[in-house]
Amino acid sequence: MKLLYFAWIRERTGIHEETWPLPDGVTSLRDLVAALAARGPGFAHAFADLKQVRAAVNQETAKLDDPVSEGDEVAFFPPMTGG
Amino acid sequence: MVVRVQRDDFDIGREMDALLAGRRDIGGVASFTGLVRAFSDARNVGALTLEHYPGMTEKALAAIEAEARERFDIQASLIVHRFGRMEPGERIVLVIAASAHRGEAFRAAEFLMDWLKTKAPFWKSEETPDGPQWVEARAADDNAVERWS
Repeated sequence: MKLLYFAWIRERTGIHEETWPLPDGVTSLRDLVAALAARGPGFAHAFADLKQVRAAVNQETAKLDDPVSEGDEVAFFPPMTGG
Repeated sequence: MVVRVQRDDFDIGREMDALLAGRRDIGGVASFTGLVRAFSDARNVGALTLEHYPGMTEKALAAIEAEARERFDIQASLIVHRFGRMEPGERIVLVIAASAHRGEAFRAAEFLMDWLKTKAPFWKSEETPDGPQWVEARAADDNAVERWS
């Protein structure tokens, strides 16, 4: 799957964009967040407070319990501050 | 309907002229322009950098514009949003709503701004005396969106 990180989530993970194999047993965004947070201190820091994390699956805003599958484009970012 | 995401500045007069060229059904046009301000809360801001999500940004802005057209009787509309580094006084965003009557144009322009603040994937980082700071989402912006729900 394709993973994207924006703003301070990008800074904490140290990655903007990557291809990552969908881990075994991961079926929802919630599972994916848990798997990512276990990758190291930067990732753990990025996903420490899920109230501050928003996500999109295939460029549509998604909720934590929404499903994810191999081939999806999943993005993580803070609440939007445009305008 | 026009939606554009770009690094470069825009000319408000030209955008309005292009949007309304040849139209004879428009009686009122409301526009809003957002600028970079030199202060934010209590801190000084030297400049602003806007990050966005190419691909999703255009889709989100098009969805916001479509929603405005559902809710208001507008005949033409435009959203132009910049990304990259901008200094105080520079233009960031332009929305235009045009209708047969002014009330719908005013309301649609305000709706477009309220929605794009919290529903379009942009993130602002401010250059402050203490270094770069990510702007936090404002509760007031969430409340502004709830007003329309």
